This record gives sequence, C-alpha cells and structure tokens, in this order.
Amino acid sequence: MSSETVGHQKYYVPEKSSIPIVFAIATFFAGMGAANAITGNGSTMLIAGMVAVVFTMAYWFATVTRESMAGLDTPQLNTSYVYGMGWFIFSEVMFFFAFFGALFYIRSFSITWLGGEGAKGIAGDLLWPEFEAVWPPMITPEQSLLGDQATTVGPKENMYLHSLSGALTWLPLWNTVVLLSSSATVHVAHMALKENNRKRFNFWLGITVLLAFIFVILQAVEYYEAYAHLGLTLSSGVYGTTFFMLTGFHGMHVLIGGIFLLTQLVRSTGYNHFSDKEHFGFEAASWYWHFVDVVWVCLFLFVYIL
Amino acid sequence: MSAVVENHNHDDHHHGPAKGFMRWLTTTNHKDIGTLYLWFSFAMFLLGGAFAMGIRAELFEPGLQLMDPIRYNQLVTMHGLIMVFGAVMPAFVGLANWLIPMQIGAPDMAMPRMNNLSFWLLPVAFTILLSTAFMEGGLPGFGWTFYAPLSTNYPNVAFFVFAVHIMGISSIMGSINVIVTIMNMRAPGMTLMKMPLFVWSWLITAYLLIAVMPVLAGAVTMLLMDAYFGTSFFDAAGGGDPVLFQHIFWFFGHPEVYIMILPAFGITSHIISTFSRKPLFGHASMVYAMVSIAVLSFVVWAHHMFTVGMPLAAELFFMWATMIIAIPTGVKVFNWCATMFKGSITYETPMLFAVAFVVLFTIGGFSGLMLAITPADFQYHDTYFVVAHFHYVLVPGSIFSIMAAVYYWLPKWTGNMYDEKMGRLHFWLSFVGVNVTFFPQHFVGLAGMPRRYADYSLQFAEWNAVSSVGAFLFGLSQLLFLYIVVKTVFAGKKATPQVWDGAEGLEWTVDSPAPYHTFETPPKVNG
Amino acid sequence: MKNKLGLFILYLLSSFASADWLDVNMPVGVTDISQEVFTLHMAIFFVVVAIGVLVFGFLFWSMWRYQKSKNDKPADFKENHKLEILWTVIPTLILVAMAIPASMTLKTIYDHEAEEGGIDIQVIGWQWKWQYKYLDEQVGNKPLSFFSNLTTPPDQYEFNRVEKSENYLLEVDEPIVIPVDTSVRFLITSNDVIHSWYMPDFAVKQDAIPGFINVAKTRVNEPGIYRGNCTELCGERHAYMPIVVKAVTRDEYDAWLQTKRDAAEELAYLTEKEWTVDELMSIGEEIYATRCAACHQADGSGIAGFYPALAGSDIVMNDKARQTEILMEGIRGSQMQSFAEQLNEVEMASVITFTKLSWGNERSGDGEIVLPKDIVEYKENDT
Ligand code: HEA
Ligand code: HEA
Ligand code: HEC
Ligand code: CUA
Ligand SMILES: [Cu+2]
Repeated sequence: MSSETVGHQKYYVPEKSSIPIVFAIATFFAGMGAANAITGNGSTMLIAGMVAVVFTMAYWFATVTRESMAGLDTPQLNTSYVYGMGWFIFSEVMFFFAFFGALFYIRSFSITWLGGEGAKGIAGDLLWPEFEAVWPPMITPEQSLLGDQATTVGPKENMYLHSLSGALTWLPLWNTVVLLSSSATVHVAHMALKENNRKRFNFWLGITVLLAFIFVILQAVEYYEAYAHLGLTLSSGVYGTTFFMLTGFHGMHVLIGGIFLLTQLVRSTGYNHFSDKEHFGFEAASWYWHFVDVVWVCLFLFVYIL
Repeated sequence: MSAVVENHNHDDHHHGPAKGFMRWLTTTNHKDIGTLYLWFSFAMFLLGGAFAMGIRAELFEPGLQLMDPIRYNQLVTMHGLIMVFGAVMPAFVGLANWLIPMQIGAPDMAMPRMNNLSFWLLPVAFTILLSTAFMEGGLPGFGWTFYAPLSTNYPNVAFFVFAVHIMGISSIMGSINVIVTIMNMRAPGMTLMKMPLFVWSWLITAYLLIAVMPVLAGAVTMLLMDAYFGTSFFDAAGGGDPVLFQHIFWFFGHPEVYIMILPAFGITSHIISTFSRKPLFGHASMVYAMVSIAVLSFVVWAHHMFTVGMPLAAELFFMWATMIIAIPTGVKVFNWCATMFKGSITYETPMLFAVAFVVLFTIGGFSGLMLAITPADFQYHDTYFVVAHFHYVLVPGSIFSIMAAVYYWLPKWTGNMYDEKMGRLHFWLSFVGVNVTFFPQHFVGLAGMPRRYADYSLQFAEWNAVSSVGAFLFGLSQLLFLYIVVKTVFAGKKATPQVWDGAEGLEWTVDSPAPYHTFETPPKVNG
Repeated sequence: MKNKLGLFILYLLSSFASADWLDVNMPVGVTDISQEVFTLHMAIFFVVVAIGVLVFGFLFWSMWRYQKSKNDKPADFKENHKLEILWTVIPTLILVAMAIPASMTLKTIYDHEAEEGGIDIQVIGWQWKWQYKYLDEQVGNKPLSFFSNLTTPPDQYEFNRVEKSENYLLEVDEPIVIPVDTSVRFLITSNDVIHSWYMPDFAVKQDAIPGFINVAKTRVNEPGIYRGNCTELCGERHAYMPIVVKAVTRDEYDAWLQTKRDAAEELAYLTEKEWTVDELMSIGEEIYATRCAACHQADGSGIAGFYPALAGSDIVMNDKARQTEILMEGIRGSQMQSFAEQLNEVEMASVITFTKLSWGNERSGDGEIVLPKDIVEYKENDT
C-alpha cells in the first residue's frame, strides 16, 4: 500500500444480520462435536454441527452474492474483499509454515540427534544406540531399541523418489503434473473471462475442477498404497507423521479449493454471474488455487524429492 | 436477507440500534460489537481474576490448604488462558472496534457481519473450554503453554484444542477486519503517517496476529494428532522431539506477548499527549519503534527455552536478538518522557494510569532484559522472577492501559463523565495493590521459588503472604472499577464532544455519546 | 572483587527489608560458574537500576515541574533528531557492553567435554522423583542406580496437620552424593514428561527431555548439602520432587560407594529369607504410602479420570501375574510407570501383597500373597 489515501464513497454497511450468530452456534456444535467424537463419545453432534456450518456458510456466501448482484458493492467494498482474501491466504501460508517448520526441524535436528550425530548426538549414543540418522527413517528409535523389524517397507515403492528410472510410474510426479496444469488452466479461464468469452471460460474452469478431483483421487490411491502395502501409516514414526500431515492438509485444501472453484463454475453456468470486470468470486478462488499449487511445489520438493 | 437489500434502497442509514436482546446477537455496528467485546473481556477478567485469587489464597502459606495440586494446576492454567485469550486480547479488540473507525473517519469496520462473528466465536470457544470443568478429568492443568508430552497424555485435551482453534479463527477474522479497515477506509487526507498511534499500533498488532495465530493452530493440531492419532511429532520414540513443540508454541507465543502490549503503547501515547497538552514527541519514531519491535518479535522466541539445551550458537543468537528489543522500546519510553517535558500537565485518572503504565511497564521491561541474559536465565527461568516479570508488563502494563483507555474514552462512549474522585481512588488502590502483589515475587523468584508450585518450602513464606495480601487488595479494587463504569453508563455529568482540553483526533469531533453511525460521509482531514 | 561489592551493596539494602537478605537475592552458590553468574546478575541489575534512576528521575521531575499549575503554556516541539539518535545509540552501547561478558560466561557453561578423573551421572526425571545412575560405577553387572523420593510426610502438607519440618519439601530418602573439586557431568533426561533439574547453588538448570540428553557440568568447591527443585511443570506433584545433593570429600565419596555395594549383596540374601505376611504388609504399607499413594491415593480410591482405584480393582484382587507384570513393566502410554528399577524384590513383593490385602480387597479377592522369590523368578523368566 502506498501512503496515498483511498477514495471514499458511501460504503455498504449491512444492517443487522442473524447469519453470524447462527454460524457461531453451528461452530459450537461442530467444535464440541469434534472433541466428543475424538474422545469416543459419538459423532452425532459433530455431523449435525458440520452440516449446520456448511449450510450457514453457503447461505452467507449466497447473501453476499445477492447483495453484490443488487449493485450494493462499491469499488471500495471490492477492495476490501481483495485485501481480505489476500490476508486470509497469508494466514493459510502461516499454517503450512508451522508444518514445514516441523518437518525441517525433525529432519535436520531431532533425527540427527537421535541418530547420535550433531551437537546433541549424545542422546543417540546413550539412549538409542542402534538408531541411525537417515531420512526417511524406516525404523523408529523405539523399534531400534527393542530390536524390532521395521514395519515400513519403505519409500522405495512410492512415496520417495529413489531413482530416475522409476519416475514414470511414480504417482507424485503425476500429481504434480495434474496440479501444475490445473494452475495453467485456471489462468487460461481467467484470461477468457477478461475477454468476456464465457464459453471458453466455462470450459477451462470445468477442466480445472476436473483436474482438482483427479488429484484428490490420485492422492487417495497413494494413501491406500501406503497403508495397505508399504506399512507407512500415521503412527509409524515421524516419517509417516510428517508425510501424512503435510500431504493430508494439502489434500484437504485441494478439496476445499476444488469445491470453491466448482461453486464458481455453477455460478457462471447456472446463474450467469460474472462479467469481464466483476468477477471477484472467481478471482478469489483462483488465487486460492495458485496458493494450493505453490504449497504442492514445496511439498514435492521437501517431502518427496529431497 | 432481502430485508438488507431493501433497507438499502431507501438509502437511509440513520437507523438507531434494534430494540431488545436481539440487538446484541445480530448487530453489525462496530460500536455495539466493541461494547460486547469490552464487557466480555471484563467478565473474563473477573473470572480469571477469581482464579488468581484462588491461586494466591492457596499460596498464602506453605502447605495444601484449599485444594489438591490437580485443582491448583487447573487454576493456574485457566487463569493464564483466560487472562491472555479472554481478557487482554478481547479488550484490545473491543477498543479497536470502538475507536479505529472513529479515528480514521470510517463509517464502520470493513466487514461488519464478519466482525459480529469474530465476537460471538469467543463465547463459543470459552464455553467449550470451560465445559471440561463438568467432565471426568476436569479442566486442562498443563499450564497455559501446554507443553507436550504433558498435554498429549492429558484428559479432555481435545476440547482444549478445538477451543483454541475457534479462538484462533476469531482472532484471524478480527485482524483481517482491522487491516482491511485501516488500509481501505481512511478518510481522504489521512495518510498513513498521519494516522493516530492507536490505529498504527493496531495495524501492526493485526499483522502479528495474522502471522502467528495460524502457527498456534498448527501447534494444537499436532498436539491433537499426537494425543489421539498416534503421530510422533513430539515423541522421541517415534523420531520426534518434545522441544519441537516449544519452538512452534513460542514462535506464536512471543509475538503474542507483544500483541498484548502494542495497543497499550498506542493508548498511552494518546493519553500522555492529551494531558500534557502537547503534541506527542516523535510520532514517526514511535511508528518505526513499533514496527521494529514487531519484526524483532519473530526472531526471539527461543528466549523462553534457554534451558531446553539448544546448541550454543542458538542460545547466543536468541540472547542477542532479545536484547536488541530494548532499544526500540527505550525509544518509546524516552518519547513519552519527552512529551511530558515542558508540557502543562494535569493528572486525571486516565493520565494517572498512563504514567503508572510507563513506570511499571519499564520495570517489567528491565526484568525482561535480565531474563534475556542467558547464563542468568539459567537461574531465573521458571521461577517467580519470571512470574514477576510478566505480571509487571501485563497487569500494570496491558491491564492498566486498558483501564486508562476506558476512563479516557468512556465519556465519548456513554456521554457521561465518570466520577473523578472514585476514579482516582481506584487508581491508587490498584497501584498499591499491584506493587505489593508482584514486587515481592522478584525476591522469592531470585531465591529460587519455582513457578506452578502448589506448595513451597518455608523460606518463601513471608513474601508469599505479602503478595497474597496485595492480590486481595488489587482484586477487591477492581470491583470498584466495575461500580464506576456501571454508574457512568447510567448517570453522570454530561460530557462535551471535546471531553478533554488537550485531546486531538476525529473521535473528539463527534458528539458524546458518539452517534450510532458516525462518518457516513467521510470527514476531510487537513494536511 | 565485583561480586564482593555486589554483596556489600545488597547487604546495605537488606537492612531495609525484614527478611534475611539471602532470601531476596540469587544465591552466590558454590561453583565458579554460579559465582560468575551471580556477578553477571548483579552487574545487569545495577545497570538497569541506574538507567531506571535516570529515566524515572527525569520523568518524576517533569511531572512535578510541568504540572498545569506551574506551567500554563505548554511547548509545542515535536521532535529532535539529535536527541533521538543519542537515545538510540547509548542504549545500544550499554547492551553491547552487557552482551560481551554474558556471551563469555555462556561459552564457559557450554563446555560439556568430559574431564580426566571426572564422573558421569545420568539423571532421569520420573513422575515424581529423580533417578540417578552412576555410569562409571558398577554394582554387580549394572551401573549404580537409585531413586530419590520426597520424604516429607503428607501430614505436613495436607491441611497442615502437623508442624512442618525445617527442610519441608526439600528432603529426600536418598540424596545424590558427589565428590567436591571433581568435574561432575549430569546427563539429564526423563522417563515420561519434561522435568527440569534445578540446583541454584550450582547455577544449573537443565530440562529433562524424554528421549534426549542435556549435559550440565559442574565442579563443587565446598562440601555441604544443597537443595533444589524440579522446575518444569510435570503434572500435579510437580512441587513434590525435590533434589538434594550431598557434596563430600573424595574419601567420604569412596566410602559411600562401598556401602552401596554392600547393600546390594545384602539384598540377595534377603530374597532368600522366609517372609511372614505381617512383615510384607508393614514394608508394603510404607512403600505404598511413599510410591503409590500420590496417584492411587492413600485409601486406594484413585482419582476419577486420572488414576484407577486399586481398591476393588479386578487385577489387584484376582490377577497376581498381571499385577506383577504391570508393576515390573509399567503400562505403556500411561502414567503407570515401571517400578522394576525403583523397588527391590522385597519391596516389590511387599507392595503387591499390601494392595491385595488392604481396603477390603482381602475379602473380595483371592487373598493370595506375593513373595520376594516370585519377583526373582519373574526377572529370571523375563531375560
Ligand atoms: C506484555 C507482555 C510482555 C512484554 C512487553 C515483554 C517484554 C519483554 N520480555 Fe517477556 N514475557 C512475557 C510477557 C512480556 N514480555 C510473558 C507472559 C512471559 C512468560 C511466559 C511464560 O513462560 O508463561 C515472558 C517471559 C520472558 C522471558 C523468558 C523467561 C523465562 O521463562 O526464563 C524472557 C527472556 O528473555 C523475556 C524477555 C523480555 C524482554 C527482553 C522484553 C522487552 O520487550 C522489554 C523491553 C523494555 C525495556 C528494556 C524497558 C524500557 C527501555 C529503556 C528504558 C531503554 C534503556 C534500557 C536498557 C538499555 C536496558 N520475557
Ligand atoms: C494478562 C494476563 C494476566 C493478568 C491480568 C494476571 C493477573 C493476576 N495474576 Fe497472573 N498469570 C498470567 C497472566 C495474567 N495474570 C499468566 C499467563 C500466568 C502463567 C500461567 C501458567 O503458568 O501457565 C499467570 C500466573 C500467575 C501466578 C503464578 C502461578 C504459578 O506459577 O503457580 C500467580 C501467582 O500469584 C498469578 C497471580 C495473579 C494475580 C494476583 C493477578 C491479579 O492482577 C488479578 C486481579 C483481578 C481480579 C482479582 C478480578 C477482580 C475481582 C473479583 C473477581 C472479585 C473477587 C475478589 C476477591 C475474592 C478478592 N498469576
Ligand atoms: C504417576 C502416577 C502413578 C503411580 C506413582 C503409580 N501408578 Fe499405578 N497406575 C497409574 C495409572 C495412570 C494407571 C492406569 C493405566 C492405564 O490403565 O492406562 C495405573 C494402573 C495401575 C494398576 C492397574 C489397575 C487396574 O485396575 O487397571 C495397578 C495394579 C497399579 N497401577 C498399581 C500401582 C502400584 C502398586 C503403585 C506403587 C508402587 C503404583 N501403581 C504407582 C498411575 C500411577
Ligand atoms: Cu518434575 Cu516438575
Ligand atoms: Cu518472549
């Protein structure tokens, strides 16, 4: 932002609204329900809460859309949305930052030290004499201490690129291709919209949504492989932990982003909502999509390749 | 929702508030929401304070008198959590809601409905958190810092985790709202460098919030996964490290403590300048100082972890980085002194609180600097010296600044003047109380009394008794505060728009009480 | 030199306070490091006091001099760049001056290398007691190891039923013994949650992190008994796991080691002995009170949501084998820890017998007893 002041028109301030309070109550049931479900007290409340959250959210977005279609938005309000979305994405970046931070810490410090190397390698020497510092670790320190066999047969098959020759049968590579091309298609869609070519816009947006769901399916296959054949699970030590948590949260964001884009597709095909100038809903979704894409690139680098 | 659209077609904005209880549930008005936040935070302050009274009563003498140690740990934990997330942060958000739109000449916050949601998520989160009191296993008792692996094996931690998530969502939405409002809705002519300092302080705070609340969310998520889904982020047996938790937590935690002080800096700057009847000294350098503090706050987190056994290089780095923060903070303290120098000062209640803030916060800052000296921190860490440090920056720091702000702007909010005599009485009781409570904690801390102890050895007995007496005095004086505020809401001498002679800023140009909608057409700010 | 000055000034200040001055300041301690840290502490303390006197002096003077009644016309200056630079640069210099000695001391503390003739003691935090393992001293085929439990009786802390003893909460059954003028390395770790090993007189405070080792090296100059605490919140009895170190001369230390070896031999004989139920019950009662009651409560009722009741527990009443296994191995992922190293065979058998024959369990359960030789047998089968 430059220090220049912003023009000031009449800013749209909605009158009282009961959506937020309903949303808050729904969140209460979702949060309480989630905790109950996890502690083994049944998941009815969670399901009810989540349904309520989704419906209120949908209703809220619909309301905003309706207001916007009714021409209540001023350019200034649109600027608010632009900033708002931008900073929301930034907060998501910071959420992933925490998990990447954990990955880096585990890879460069805790595994090293437990393996008896580095500044605090004395831990490995004294407490985990058999454990070796390699990434990814196929055996946990505890297993090494008990003399157990590794339960993870390892990244050789799938998760982790071990040789270039295997690259073509390697799922993550295809996932990367899918996601990167979806970033391109969403961009093409955006260009089309700017030229007011609605047909092309719908087409490319549709392709993007398709790619999003292909990605999710591929990832599901990958998870299935990991659990069924590789012994790599959430509870098989830090490798499983970081692998599933990072890719899992990313996958969740792909799903959310995909639904977000799908919504825009429906708005465009079903309700004819966008014009070449006014299409912030779509723009927000596409920023979100690019963000998800960038996260994947980092994942691909740090979880799969390096 | 079509009603919304219709209303607008009348192009008539001068609605008063809706009638009755629903007004508070459905409001989108920044002043209403500000009021909700402030009352909520005050209620939480009383609750957290009541817990503190429980702590101090138990510590009045050695031995277990009132509760078993599980209960004690729960009190300490809930006291910390409630004061931080329930009292101080919401109070500042409440002030932001009331003041930012008025100070920058905006009609409201940028996203009024989301603003309402941000507030109502707080009672939701605290209900979930407190609901564990009625469950087997009870309230969380692992300290407000919830270190793994104590917390990963604790009953009911799932409720705690989701409560923190919801608080985080609330804060993130709140801070997005603040940033967007400030960036997008200033009146014409209000350049960034002309922006009042409270607004500046909140802009920076909002950036901090938005950067660190998601990290906290990450921390509690990992905790949840370790506790219930068998991951091993914080478990060496699986290849993780309990210290990793602390790194993530304090990456959030340290900026968090500055989130609790930056708005206080803003408030103090306004009040000192008003009652000195003199422009603030070094407006620009105040801004730069706050920005530097905020930036530095991201690289000092491990000063809370000097004893976890980090490699030497890390210890040195975090020691030096932490010490540097004294420089910009010093600039602020010196600027306040210079503002008063050659002023024409009167000492109404807000000014008394503001000056006490400067002095007592600085004392807290000094002990902070001592804590930053790593070798010495090996002795101070996790003793009452730390407790003394952070209560000095938080109670006569953050809390005093909030009280100063309430006295200062209350006439603007309610249209009535508070009772000056009572205000001063409240100040003096609080001032004495706070020092009697927390100063002796330096002594017992240096002599080696560890914190989070339900019971302690005999040599600490005298000073603990003194501290408890001070705490009861301080606690009771806050009931006086409640009384003064309630009385002012309903009655009192009518306030003029200007209220204080020396006050400057857009909020003083509108009536007292401020009309329900202000600045629907933007005011012009002169260069 | 400097710390003598510090002490002296503190002594002067102390005449204002009613409490003994030692109670209001950091201990000077009995190691070179602790004295260095004390000096550092006093130095920074005086620097901030000096800054405080200047800043607050100026502030209070302005507050008084420029009250409205004394000065009706406020000035209107807004900044002064020279001044602002000055008060940025001066604190910077002060900080640099503080950082240099602090960094040097830190570097000394971080010298973790083992020294010629030094001893290594592994310190393990448990909920809520400390275990000490002398890594270079063998007893039988294992390193010398023992646990250090609080001995202050509950009557003193619960509802202050009896007068508190002098070392209330700072007394243990077996202090750790170290020789003076010898380099001692503490290799600190934990068995469950994070604890922290804090000995003010040595200026040592290191967290005990499960799965990792933190090293603290010390060399005590004066014989004596030193007391410290656990300083990381580790659950409800965090305040009840003190540390007591006995620093003795080299000869006394060697003699102490010998008594430890003799005790081990005696024990082997005791497991052979014929035990009566009454003997087992009286040993068991004491062990239960000091080792188990913290969690399972004195009357065996446990705490709902945290610790299961042993009174009426099916395992305790009817499943001798499983109970022995629980006590020997602990229950993974819970606070129920292994007592295999904490209790010898006699104590182990006694405490199990005690739980089986108390609180009505003797009537509702199988009423069997466990003998020390059963435990010996268990250990043999296990390996
Ligand atoms: C409002 C909250 C707040 C603020 C503003 C601060 C400010 C500071 N804090 Fe504090 N701190 C806390 C809240 C806060 N802290 C809390 C809650 C904890 C404990 C958390 C827990 O464990 O539960 C904590 C703990 C804590 C620790 C960890 C101690 C330990 O656990 O061992 C440390 C260590 O470095 C520290 C340092 C500092 C420093 C250097 C500052 C600096 O910002 C202070 C700077 C100010 C000054 C120095 C005074 C003014 C300056 C001058 C007059 C200039 C001239 C001065 C000199 C050159 C000396 N703090
Ligand atoms: C902004 C934050 C904030 C505030 C305002 C306070 C306010 C107070 N705090 Fe707190 N405190 C923390 C943040 C805060 N604290 C944190 C983060 C911790 C660390 C927690 C942890 O270790 O995990 C802590 C820990 C802490 C401890 C250490 C416990 C331990 O380590 O074992 C103690 C002990 O004295 C204490 C005391 C007090 C007291 C007496 C007040 C008083 O100022 C409170 C005064 C207010 C009232 C009393 C309310 C008003 C009055 C009534 C409700 C009427 C009833 C009155 C009576 C019965 C007299 N606090
Ligand atoms: C630090 C706390 C703690 C201490 C000390 C402790 N226990 Fe336990 N104990 C537990 C917990 C927690 C459980 C439940 C574990 C589980 O089932 O997950 C338990 C379970 C048990 C059980 C199984 C009970 C049942 O019905 O399932 C027995 C028997 C037992 N403890 C005996 C003892 C004895 C004897 C001692 C002392 C020598 C002792 N415990 C000391 C915490 C403790
Ligand atoms: Cu062990 Cu606290
Ligand atoms: Cu900090």
